[in-house]
Amino acid sequence: MMEPVSPSGSAPTSKVSLQSVSKRHGRHLALDAVSLEIPVGSFCVIVGPSGCGKTTLLRILAGLDTPSEGRIEIADPSPGQPSNSMVFQGDSLFPWMTVWENAAYGLRMRGVAEDEVTAVVTRFLEKTGLMAARDRYPHQLSGGMRQRASIARAFANDPDILLMDEPFSALDEQNKTLLQQELLRIWEETRKTVVFITHSVDEAVTLGDQIVVMTAGPGRIKAVVDVGFPRPRNVLELRHDPAYGELVYAIWGQLREEVDRARAGKGN
Amino acid sequence: MTTIITPAKNITQPIWWTAFTSDRAISIVSPIALLTVWEVCARLGFLDERFFPAPLHIVAHMLDMAGSGGLWDNVGASLYRLGVGLLVGGIPAIAIGLAMGLYHPVRAALDPLISATYPIPKSSLLPLILLIFGIGEGSKIAMVAIGVFYPVVINTAVGVRQLPPIYLDVGRNFKASSWNTFRTIALPGAMPLIMTGIKLGAGMGLVLIAIAEMVGAKSGLGYMIWNAWELFDVTTMYVGLFVIALIGFIMNSALDAIERRLIPWKNA
Repeated sequence: MMEPVSPSGSAPTSKVSLQSVSKRHGRHLALDAVSLEIPVGSFCVIVGPSGCGKTTLLRILAGLDTPSEGRIEIADPSPGQPSNSMVFQGDSLFPWMTVWENAAYGLRMRGVAEDEVTAVVTRFLEKTGLMAARDRYPHQLSGGMRQRASIARAFANDPDILLMDEPFSALDEQNKTLLQQELLRIWEETRKTVVFITHSVDEAVTLGDQIVVMTAGPGRIKAVVDVGFPRPRNVLELRHDPAYGELVYAIWGQLREEVDRARAGKGN
Repeated sequence: MTTIITPAKNITQPIWWTAFTSDRAISIVSPIALLTVWEVCARLGFLDERFFPAPLHIVAHMLDMAGSGGLWDNVGASLYRLGVGLLVGGIPAIAIGLAMGLYHPVRAALDPLISATYPIPKSSLLPLILLIFGIGEGSKIAMVAIGVFYPVVINTAVGVRQLPPIYLDVGRNFKASSWNTFRTIALPGAMPLIMTGIKLGAGMGLVLIAIAEMVGAKSGLGYMIWNAWELFDVTTMYVGLFVIALIGFIMNSALDAIERRLIPWKNA
C-alpha cells in the first residue's frame, strides 16, 4: 500500500484516489479512465445503471480484481488493521458456519486472540440484533437477518475501508429501510470510509456524503454530487424533506439518459 | 356456490399410523417379507435346501459360529482391513481432491491420470497388487484403499468446484491463508459430496475386501466364503454373505449418522 496522495489545494485528505483507472475484459471495456477521490471518513455512494462496471470498480478496490490501466492509491490503515472488508451482494455467508462463526471469520483469519474475538463479535451481533440467533445457520435466517450478519462480519473485522456491493438490493422495502437506518447508526459511531454501490437513487441520497453517478458501458464517471444533509440522519425524516426529493430528481436527471443509452445498447 | 376448504383428512389420523407407514417402517418390513417367503419356500421344498438353505437354518448356523468364536475372527480381520483401507485410501483422496478443486495446475496434472485409471475394474488389479504387496495384510488393505480412493477423490474435487465462487472471494477479502482456505472453505463446502464419495467408497471397499480375501488369505469373510465353497459347506457360505450384507447396512447407517453430525447446516 502507498502513502496518501498529497491533497492539492484545500481538498480533504483522500483515503482512496483513483487516477484514470480502466478495466478491460478481453475486448470489452468495463471501466474507462475513472478518476475519483474518496475523502477519509466519508460515505461515498456509487450509483449507476446495471452493467456500468460499479461492481468491477469495487472488486478492484477490494483487491479481488486488478485494473488494466491507471493508478490507485489507497492510504495505509493503522498498523494491524485490515485495509478493507467487503459486504458482498447476495448470499455470501458461509452456510456451514453459524452466525457467530461467520461474524468472527475475519478476526479469526487474522489470528486475533479468542477473548477479543468474543468481545468484538458480541458487540456487533448486539448492534445488528443477532445475538439471539448467534448459533443459527444461515439457512435458518430470513434474508434481512442474513444481510445483517454479513454487515456484522465486515464491521467486526474493523477494516479501514468498508466496501458494500448492493447489500440491500435483494431485500423488501421495509427491511431495506430498517437496515439503511441500522447501517447509518453503526457507521455514525465508527465513521469509517465507506464505498457503497447501489442502483437505487433513493438509497444513494439517503446514505451518502458524496454520490458518484456512473455512465453505462463503458463505465465512466458522469457526475460527483455532494450531499449536504446533516448527520446523524433519520431515514424516514429525511425522505420527508423537500430537499431530498429535489436531489433525487436531479440525480435521476443525470442517470436517465444513461439508463436509456444502456437500454439502446442492449437492443443492438 | 360456496367453496368450503377444510383441513386435509390425514391431519386427523392418529400419529402412530403416520409413523407406521413411514419410509423407515417400510424399509424394515420389506427384507423381512422377502426372508419369510424364502423360509416358506425352502421348508415346503419349492427351493432346494442344498443350494438355498432356509434363512432360519442360516441364522442358527451363524449363532453357532458366533458362539465358537470362529465367525468373530473372520469378521474382525475383514473389518480391520476395511477400516485401515478406508483411512489409507480416503485421507489422501480428500487432500488431493481439495487441491484439485482449488488449483488449476493440480487439476490439469491429475485429472487425465484419474480419468484414465478410473474405469479399470478394481478387482482386475488384484494380481498386480499381490505382486507388489505380497500375500499378507498389505495387499488386502491396498485393494480397499484403491476402491475408496476413486469415488472420494472425484467427489471431493467436484464438491470444491461446485462451490459458488463468492465463498472464495470472501476468503480472499478476509485474508484467509491457503491452509485456512482449505480448512474453512473448501473442506466444509465440499463435505456433502465428500460424504457421498466416502459412502460409495466404503461400499466399493466391502466388495473388494471380499474378493481380495478369496485369493491367498487365511482369514476374513471372503476367505470364509471361499473356504466354505471348497468344502461345499453351503450354509457357512450364506452366513458369510449375510454377515457382509449386515456389515454393509450397519456401515451405511453409521455413515449417515456421521454425515448428519458433520453437516448440521445442510437443510434436513
